[in-house]
Amino acid sequence: MISLQNIEKVYRTTNIETLALNNISLDIAKGEFLSVMGPSGCGKSTLLNIMGLLDAPSRGQIKISDQTTDNLNDKQLAKFRNQKLGFIFQSYHLINDLQVLDNVELPLLYRDTTAKERRQLAAEALEKVGLSNRMKHFPTQLSGGQRQRVAIARAIVGRPEIILADEPTGNLDSAMGNEIMEILLQLNQNDGTTIVMVTHDEHMAQKTHRLVRLFDGSQVL
Amino acid sequence: MLKNYFKIAIAVLRRRKFFTFISLFGISFTLTILMVATAFIDKVVNDDYPDKKRDRSLYISHMEMAGKDAMNSAGLSFGFLDHYVGRMKTPVAVAISSNFNATNTYVNNRKIVINYKYTNAAYWDVLEYKFLEGKAFSKQQVANAERVTVISEDMKKEYFGDDTGPVVGKYLEADNVKYRICGVVKNIPITCYSFYADIYLPYTVSKNDFGNYNNYMGDFNGVILAKNTADVPKMKREFDAIIPKLPIPDKQYNKIYSHADTYLEGYVRTGNETKSGILYVTLALSLFALFVMLLPTLNLVNINVTRIMERSSEIGVRKAFGASSQTLVYQFIVENLILTFLGGLIGVVLSLIAMYFINNARLIANLELTLNFTVLGYALAICIFFGLFSGVYPAWRMSKLNVVTALKAQ
Ligand SMILES: Nc1ncnc2c1ncn2[C@@H]1O[C@H](COP(=O)(O)OP(=O)(O)OP(=O)(O)O)[C@@H](O)[C@H]1O
Ligand SMILES: [Mg+2]
Repeated sequence: MISLQNIEKVYRTTNIETLALNNISLDIAKGEFLSVMGPSGCGKSTLLNIMGLLDAPSRGQIKISDQTTDNLNDKQLAKFRNQKLGFIFQSYHLINDLQVLDNVELPLLYRDTTAKERRQLAAEALEKVGLSNRMKHFPTQLSGGQRQRVAIARAIVGRPEIILADEPTGNLDSAMGNEIMEILLQLNQNDGTTIVMVTHDEHMAQKTHRLVRLFDGSQVL
Repeated sequence: MLKNYFKIAIAVLRRRKFFTFISLFGISFTLTILMVATAFIDKVVNDDYPDKKRDRSLYISHMEMAGKDAMNSAGLSFGFLDHYVGRMKTPVAVAISSNFNATNTYVNNRKIVINYKYTNAAYWDVLEYKFLEGKAFSKQQVANAERVTVISEDMKKEYFGDDTGPVVGKYLEADNVKYRICGVVKNIPITCYSFYADIYLPYTVSKNDFGNYNNYMGDFNGVILAKNTADVPKMKREFDAIIPKLPIPDKQYNKIYSHADTYLEGYVRTGNETKSGILYVTLALSLFALFVMLLPTLNLVNINVTRIMERSSEIGVRKAFGASSQTLVYQFIVENLILTFLGGLIGVVLSLIAMYFINNARLIANLELTLNFTVLGYALAICIFFGLFSGVYPAWRMSKLNVVTALKAQ
């Protein structure tokens, strides 16, 4: 599903060069639930952003669904992300000016859909995460766990094959964190969605199919 | 899609109440100024009452004599217009009138200022005054130097009181002379200075020697009417040919200038005989408009840039979920246009209020400003100018934002 070959990422500022990822090669199968762990600053987010085509590697190649991605332009990348990928962030990144339902609809805005279809799909996604009764709320009126569930609904509304989650439970207490983890496991089992999740929590990582550990930009497990 | 843009635009504007207020205030206030100004210009330049045959008229209002060390410039004498212009072959009519002058008169111990103007009989044929009562004085009456007058609607009210009946046949006294009223015409704003007056008199009742055509300069101006628009250039050439042949009356001069201008040329003539004024006036007006619009535009650009940085999370998310840079630029410009059109709407309302007060305050005699389609058209153009100019740069900055950076900035 996802294939990374000799990925390297170098950040250059005026006087220092950081090697955030050092020669990472990784193959993730369709339907796999992979977790990524490692100390702070080891390059987990960088790796996830590169997988999500949000950032370009300094060297190496990424294939998603057998398609090479290094020659796509801005418009093609946007379309590719829209159709194949869903993102979940540690700090939710909901748009506070929009109601929950409008937030969930967002990925569908960039597809050929009618308003009615969008409404329908968004309502279904919200039902999956158990928030059908909060559609007209604004994000600021929800708890952290509820917000993250809205973010999950947004990530799955377009039925992507891959979900990339960067510390989705990082801002939540363990009860809420477990709830979120439960939803992700369901998604993986029932819909066969491929999931890559960055986490600091060993318990969460143990529930996934495979664990990748990073240290200082290199893969150690 | 547009509905969604609208939703987010309104939400953002509501959240940033203070900045929204500042932007809207800037836009609507500027627009009000520009709209009142255009309404004014539109009224002054484009209103064709009583001058309805502009397309086949030429206007002669000025003469300049220049020598090595001397220069003299003034209006024209009746004699010049009557003798030289009156004998031209192309015009079918020559309207001659004096500039308006003021005199005082007293009605029931109340002082009234009367602006009077002398005209010939052809004046009433060339210009289409709307007669509310009676009619103009005839050629015969002018020849007989009859003491008759055409007065304005306002003068009728001022002299005879607000709710008087017909006044044709009654007498009006000015400068100790009683004139019999033969007609009442609809008001003309003073900004239309060539045709404005409170009372119009046959030129023959003036005490001047109007037969003398050796003195070219005086207090009069002329409108010459061609049979059709095609004849206008010919008429212009005929007039231009007269001027070099005029005997020069004074040795200190060696050149005489005078022009038969189209309406627009005449309106903007600068007094510089070697250059046309149209260019200057257009340039000056555009510069003024640009200057007035520059500040709110820059203000908007600034506000927009700040707004973008605040919304970096939104931008990051939209990009992550499939918005291309181009889509985001489009969204942002639409948002900005919504803002400016909102400002435009408020501007229109403010302009209506401002015009209502200007019209009621009677700052300028008989001037009635209105919001017509021309003015609204300009307003629309100005809104689009604002929307695009203040939106494009910030939108471009926004679209260049890297997704990862945008999502990190919190
Ligand atoms: N835009 C950037 N410019 C320069 N250096 C960067 C940039 N982004 C990340 N880095 C560096 O790259 C390295 C990896 O960062 P990354 O954010 O991937 O770490 P992480 O494993 O996600 O850490 P955490 O667990 O704290 O989120 C770090 O040393 C970081 O300082
Ligand atoms: Mg991280």
